[in-house]
Amino acid sequence: MTASDLLSKQVSVFLENKSGRLAEVCQALGRSEINIRALCIADTSDFGILRLIVDRPDEAVEVLQSAGFSVGSTGVLALRIPDRPGGLGEVLDRLQEVDVNVEYMYAFFITIAGDAVVLFKIDDAALDATLNVLDGAGIQVIPSDEVYRL
Amino acid sequence: MIWDPYYECMDPEQRAELQVRRLRETVARLNVSVPWYRDRFADRGIGPEDIKSLDDLRHLPFTTKDDLRDTYPFGLFAVPPEECVRIHASSGTTGKPIIGGYTREDINSVWAETIARTIACGGGTSHDVLHNAYGYGLFTGGLGLHYGGELMGCLVIPASGGNTERQLMLMEDLGSTILCCTPSYALTIADTAADLGIDPDRLKLKSGIFGAEVWSEGARESIEERLGLSAHDIYGLTEVIGPGVAGECEAKAGLHVFDDHFIPEIIDPDSGEPLPPGEAGELVFTCITKRAFPLIRFRTRDISRLQYGKCECGRTHPRMERITGRTDDMLIIRGVNVFPSQIEEVLLQIEEVEPHYQLVLTREGRLDNLEVQVEVSPAMFSDEVRKLEAIEEKIRERLSSSLGIRVGVKLVEPKSIERSIGKAKRVIDMREEA
Repeated sequence: MTASDLLSKQVSVFLENKSGRLAEVCQALGRSEINIRALCIADTSDFGILRLIVDRPDEAVEVLQSAGFSVGSTGVLALRIPDRPGGLGEVLDRLQEVDVNVEYMYAFFITIAGDAVVLFKIDDAALDATLNVLDGAGIQVIPSDEVYRL
Repeated sequence: MIWDPYYECMDPEQRAELQVRRLRETVARLNVSVPWYRDRFADRGIGPEDIKSLDDLRHLPFTTKDDLRDTYPFGLFAVPPEECVRIHASSGTTGKPIIGGYTREDINSVWAETIARTIACGGGTSHDVLHNAYGYGLFTGGLGLHYGGELMGCLVIPASGGNTERQLMLMEDLGSTILCCTPSYALTIADTAADLGIDPDRLKLKSGIFGAEVWSEGARESIEERLGLSAHDIYGLTEVIGPGVAGECEAKAGLHVFDDHFIPEIIDPDSGEPLPPGEAGELVFTCITKRAFPLIRFRTRDISRLQYGKCECGRTHPRMERITGRTDDMLIIRGVNVFPSQIEEVLLQIEEVEPHYQLVLTREGRLDNLEVQVEVSPAMFSDEVRKLEAIEEKIRERLSSSLGIRVGVKLVEPKSIERSIGKAKRVIDMREEA
């Protein structure tokens, strides 16, 4: 399995901080029967960036672009994290040991067999090192095609 | 007090003779020393000998801000730059500023003189302590008032802008009687004084010389009441000389244009034809006493009207009405002239930026606030906040350093700025009149 199979496509949308914009994104996706699986919003006082994991990311990008949004697509890793106290901390420790910086992360709403699913944005340059350390530590990366079906 | 009663109260016919003589001399000098003017005089077949009355002024060519840009920096200087002793500058319509040069004679005999007249219009005498909070530097306000105040014999406090609390301390401790600054800064000083519990009675201010911004009668009343002084308007522009082209006397019935130095005209901005006295139009000035940088029929783009006849103060200079608008899109933000074209030029130099932008002007407290809204282009978009913030910061820094004022930058969604056919609506001015 190549790194690109392991990277899930996250759809990012630029939003001004004004009412109704988030709803418009969701409506546009809903009309195209695209299902949102996970999301997070990073915001400043002026603007926000909505990050979405959806079942059909390429279509979502097209739908949102044609609805006039600034849209990007970014590769993120979906990791299975034991759903218990300290579970996430252990994974972060491993990444810390090899100086991998997590740019941001957020979690899925659902779990897989008792494991939480957490999405990590890692600097592209550190991707191979990250995959190595995860592999060595037995932390499972969920392939992208599975992520979209979650 | 009238600073120079001989010239300021001169019989208008006698002054007209003086103006014609000075105009003819200026045209003769430009004909020899400024090829740009010589060519334009030749195109119109006009020479100094053709100037026989003030009516002949209309045969002379206009000078525009674009002409100043095309001849930047020294193309319209009538003396070699090394004969000048000073340069001042203000905003041009693009990256290069407008610069004006001054010989020692220009500063001492023309500029300081007309500023002293303006201070006297505001009730000033050699016994006054003049607190000068106009910015010192390339801007003409600070040094202009400074030299005029010194010529008059005032005790000049060169406070420049900023640190309002310290300014108030100095004004109180040194017994300042005249305050010189922009009207919006006068209101800031009044606010700060109120915050600090400084009653206007503790200050000895009797008069203020306020300019470099468009202000209203309402602002005048508010400043007068809150600072306990009589507020006077002063008008000028770098291209003509700086502040002191016109000043307002205690009658407050228009600003006296010191037309033995600067001949004013009001023209129809579209046809360029002079308009009859009393009609509103574009103000045009011709410098007839300056050595270094005497512009002929400079089009100010300011809208005003001129009133002729003797004022109750005794002065016989024509009076210009307070500026009521502009014929171009120049904005005055915190006393600084800003052209939307300057902003566009900066934005287009930043590769991620597409030319979809809008300028939103608001007033926060007393201060003008300029927010430049820029649409997020595909090249600019990132899913990381810090990268977008870095672009915001880059735009902000470049604009602030180019315009000389602090600018807010806001990224907005694509297509959210209204597209219009023809001239885009770039400016949303939500400032209430001060």
